[in-house]
Amino acid sequence: MDFDFAAEQSKLVQLLIGIAAFLVVVAVILLLVDRAPMRRRAWVHATILLLPATLLLGVGLVVPAIRTTLLSFMSGDSRQWVGLDNYGWMFTQPEAVTVLRNTLVWVLLVPLLVTSVGLVYAVLVDRTRFEAVAKSLVFLPMAISFVGAGIIWRFVYAYRSVEQEQIGLLNQIVVAMGGEPQQWLQEPPLNTLFLIVVMVWIQAGFATVVLSAAIKGIPAEIIEAAKLDGASPLQMFFQVTLPSIRGAVIVVLVTQSIGTLKLFDIVRTMTGGQFDTSVIANEMYNQAFRYGETGKGAALAVFLFVLVLPIVVYQIRQRREVR
Amino acid sequence: MSLLSRPHRVALAAGTIGLALVASACASTETTPSAGGGSASAAPECAAFTQYGNHAGKTVSIYSSIRDAEADLFQEAWKPFATCTGMKIAYEGSGEFEAQIQVRADGGNPPDIAFFPQPGLLERFAKAGKLKPASAEVKKLADEGWSADWAKYSTVDGVFYGAPLGASVKSFVWYSPGMFKEKGWAVPKTWDELMTLTNTIAGTGIKPWCAGLESGDATGWPATDWIEDILLREIGPEGYDDWVSHKIPFNDPKIVSAVDKVGAILKDEKFVNGGYGPVKSIVSTAFQEGGVPITEGKCALHRQASFYANFWPEGTKVAEDGDVFAFYLPGNDPANKPVLGAGEFVAAFADRPEVQAVQAYLAGAEFPATRMKLATYVTARKGVDPANAQNPIDKLSMEMLQDPSTVFRFDGSDLMPAAVGAGTFWKGMTDWINGKDTKTVLDYIEASWPKS
Repeated sequence: MDFDFAAEQSKLVQLLIGIAAFLVVVAVILLLVDRAPMRRRAWVHATILLLPATLLLGVGLVVPAIRTTLLSFMSGDSRQWVGLDNYGWMFTQPEAVTVLRNTLVWVLLVPLLVTSVGLVYAVLVDRTRFEAVAKSLVFLPMAISFVGAGIIWRFVYAYRSVEQEQIGLLNQIVVAMGGEPQQWLQEPPLNTLFLIVVMVWIQAGFATVVLSAAIKGIPAEIIEAAKLDGASPLQMFFQVTLPSIRGAVIVVLVTQSIGTLKLFDIVRTMTGGQFDTSVIANEMYNQAFRYGETGKGAALAVFLFVLVLPIVVYQIRQRREVR
Repeated sequence: MSLLSRPHRVALAAGTIGLALVASACASTETTPSAGGGSASAAPECAAFTQYGNHAGKTVSIYSSIRDAEADLFQEAWKPFATCTGMKIAYEGSGEFEAQIQVRADGGNPPDIAFFPQPGLLERFAKAGKLKPASAEVKKLADEGWSADWAKYSTVDGVFYGAPLGASVKSFVWYSPGMFKEKGWAVPKTWDELMTLTNTIAGTGIKPWCAGLESGDATGWPATDWIEDILLREIGPEGYDDWVSHKIPFNDPKIVSAVDKVGAILKDEKFVNGGYGPVKSIVSTAFQEGGVPITEGKCALHRQASFYANFWPEGTKVAEDGDVFAFYLPGNDPANKPVLGAGEFVAAFADRPEVQAVQAYLAGAEFPATRMKLATYVTARKGVDPANAQNPIDKLSMEMLQDPSTVFRFDGSDLMPAAVGAGTFWKGMTDWINGKDTKTVLDYIEASWPKS
């Protein structure tokens, strides 16, 4: 369909108003900062600059967090208090337990796989002639959205019966080797692993780039000294490289863990949570928005928040130590 | 130290004011009422719309799950009405309607009107006090236009919320008249004849049935239609009502036997899935492609609603003597022919006069007649001539729906609470085809029925 400029005008106007309002707010803040009295200026500056962010955090994060927690103790239509029923459901109903189990599998496997694939790749291509090309190749999937990647990989896993022509890459390979085409995404529990492959494919580039930079930061003297001492490549990796880039490895592990806990797009585009592949975020969306079971959705959300919390706390502590 | 030097500050301020001015200038042109509204209503082609009043400069927003070509047809159909009454109808179709309508209503940004394809969802919004009761005018039009069955579906706690719009008949089995003639097969009149035919076809080496359940978020619904259709025949309309309202539990032996009756076809490798592979391929086949192998001679039967007429490949003739046609899915008793169907309901979140005018217009006989002349469309409204239907299936469907002796029941999954009707029932049926046994699946669905 053509883009009808006139029909979209109202949206453009809204956009312009939005931009104007944003500029006005920024201008007011900057003018206020500029006008502030000279004495103890740093404090005033800090307050004025932090105020909008604090306000937005309050409206966008703190209040919803409190409301969600309250909703999780209420019935589906948010009218009666039901105590811990929703949490009871989460840990006893078989399908809800499957969701928790899947999330656990994801959060155990993805950070480990992403980090190890990224690390091995970074070490292998380090200081080779084609390093730049190799790194950009593995980084390319990062440019694709999760939904886009999900659609691409759905085609990779696509199934057609033996008589038909295969349209899925994986089944074409299987058929070429004389096998039977498989319904990759329909067979639990392996289908979750096939979904995890997609996430690793997207994220490995990030790990490679971060870790490669860290490897380059290892002082040349240390490497030389190790070589003079006669370290084998394996010893070199485990005794020198890995300890030296510990910080970077942790950063990758932590970001991946949080990202994986929140995972939604891949599962939703590829299986919609069918065939025992659902994860917490996907189930939360289904319960709260599609099934009108706000209480159960909120309980899942709260649980997700509780799971992310220790990782965030760890990350903050780690930062302090580094300082 | 100043964060901004003086010239920068001036530039920033000027730029901001400039942008704001531009924005407000655009906004003011936008809100100017369309001048055509008042004068156009005097034109002769507008005579039919004078009863709806003049609503010059008003906008009514409509939100629904109907998108693309079908949405364009709707907009074309109500265009004269909008022009003559001077209002603007802002239509938006979304593939995420069921979830987004909730988000928009909760966020205080609901549309004026929504087309609800699920009475269960409508009931949820009505009970939450978000919907406005329909006006007396709409109620009157609905009473004269539809049977009491239909009006019941949008009535919650005795309050009527909106008239039905489109409709579809689900109790159809598509087949190829040419293939049947060539092989000497006859259209079955009873369930036993249907099963005999199925066995006969399987004997010729052709897989008799083909099916597809894949439908994105809604994967599984075609299988629930199968179950509902059989249940309606097995336990009768009253039993069906009891099942829908959970007076009969989901794992009741009667339901188990009905599901197994469907399983005798859909879960038998000899009988499915023509053109697509083993039983499990039903789950990964898009419902839009489910019946297509009939045109390639790879399967013979496909149970799907009247609207499947839209999904045949370009150039397929839908007629009794054409490439494809449909027969009524028979039950045990040929004299007893209940019909399973579905449709949308026009409910409103606002009760401004222009919103009520749109509701009244959509509830009248004029709109479906106009819409039907444009392309394939079915309505259950009385007083709309089936002779104007675009294809024989639409015509047959309308005759079935308008026949006062027809026992009609609405798609059960659309009537149940969304957690079951749009959740575990679809999901359970998908798992069932994918290999889980009947008992496990029905127990799972039963356990998910909301307690409150």
